[in-house]
Amino acid sequence: MKADIPKFMTTKPASDAPFYLGLGLLSSVYVLLIVALLLANASYTSASHLWAALASKEIQYAIKLSLVSCSLTTLLSLWVAVPLGYLLARHRFPGQGLVDAIVDIPIVLPPLVVGLSLLILFQTGPGRLVEKYVPVTYAVPSVILAQFTVACAFAVRTMHVTFDQINPRGEQVALTLGCSRSQAFWLVVLPEAQRGVLTAATLAWARALGEFGPILVFSGATRMKTEVMSTTVFLELSIGNLEAAVAVSLLMIAAAVLVLLLVRWGGSKTTFRKAVDL
Amino acid sequence: MGRTGSGKTTLLEAICGLRAVAGGSIQLMGREVTRLKPAQRGIGYVPQDRALFPTLTVREHLAFALVIRRWNRAAIATRVNELAELLGILPLLARLPQRLSGGEAQRVALGRALAARPDILCLDEPLSALDEETRLEMYELLEKLQKQTGVTTLHVTHHPGEAERLADLIFLLKDGQLARVK
Repeated sequence: MKADIPKFMTTKPASDAPFYLGLGLLSSVYVLLIVALLLANASYTSASHLWAALASKEIQYAIKLSLVSCSLTTLLSLWVAVPLGYLLARHRFPGQGLVDAIVDIPIVLPPLVVGLSLLILFQTGPGRLVEKYVPVTYAVPSVILAQFTVACAFAVRTMHVTFDQINPRGEQVALTLGCSRSQAFWLVVLPEAQRGVLTAATLAWARALGEFGPILVFSGATRMKTEVMSTTVFLELSIGNLEAAVAVSLLMIAAAVLVLLLVRWGGSKTTFRKAVDL
Repeated sequence: MGRTGSGKTTLLEAICGLRAVAGGSIQLMGREVTRLKPAQRGIGYVPQDRALFPTLTVREHLAFALVIRRWNRAAIATRVNELAELLGILPLLARLPQRLSGGEAQRVALGRALAARPDILCLDEPLSALDEETRLEMYELLEKLQKQTGVTTLHVTHHPGEAERLADLIFLLKDGQLARVK
């Protein structure tokens, strides 16, 4: 006997409501945590505390040093990251995988180890030689070097991702039209990479601002000399001055928000996500 | 002509100098060009995806090869207008590639390749992404270009009708072998 095969019937699946409810609950827990952190910071301090903190000469110096060092770090990072990112994205050369891995090291190393390694580097022969002419350890140049070591790695990844996403056909056409490799790069590739460059700069700047471990070890935290905003928070906390610590933290949070806005509007969100994604 | 994957694009790239050759020689207009850079071969190249420059206007596309060759401003302007008229894209000169239709983009890509008066034009499946009506327009344009500029065109396609219509000579690439069909 032929088996009784039921005709196709429409079927009503289970309600979607519990699914979305579950998703919503789990997501909101984390989102609320972040919002709570920000609100707690904001509510702990008051406008007068903020002004008092900002009026302090030491903190003003720290803010100025932060701004200057982050900007210099960003410029240096771009200087290195754009060519290196291009090289890694476009050309196959022996040892490419190794170089790629090496460039990732500053990202995965514990920050204190980065600082310690820098300290030790300048204790070696060549390091001491440099120190004779330009004081580095525990002086301002060390802040920039420490920030650069980590920020540049992020910039390189961003530029690598950026150039990966650009169609190489454009450069090839430029070559047939009479360009040298260099002209093809400046006239065709780089303009197309604008948003990626902005993203790399923003990422490097933000990373440099937040750098703490390497700076603490390599530059120390001398007030009015090598103090930056991140070490200010640490110093104020360690002398029990919670209000000032929170005030400076709020400034750094504001800077972080600015960075995110810049990336979303001017830069490339996908490049940002891909570059930060380990 | 040939099936997808038969190596047409690779061959075209090799002729343009964009792909290294393992052996043999390439001669264009009687010149031995195997060791020469793409810029030195006198070829205009239009790849399959056109590869227009996203940050440059149509005018800048047409002027690109001339700017590289350091022509003076007046000469460049004349040539750009000449090309734009020939290709029917005068009203589009200030536009960016993102705002062009398929047919318009194809014309710009052709103009960019022809600007410096190359001896040879290499087209990689230029009409495959176009609708029937635009395709017929492009047949007429290509024939007009050929007649007016006298450029030798290497046109890759997998569309037999297209080959029949446009070609003086047809070659078939199959299993790594090239055979003359017409």
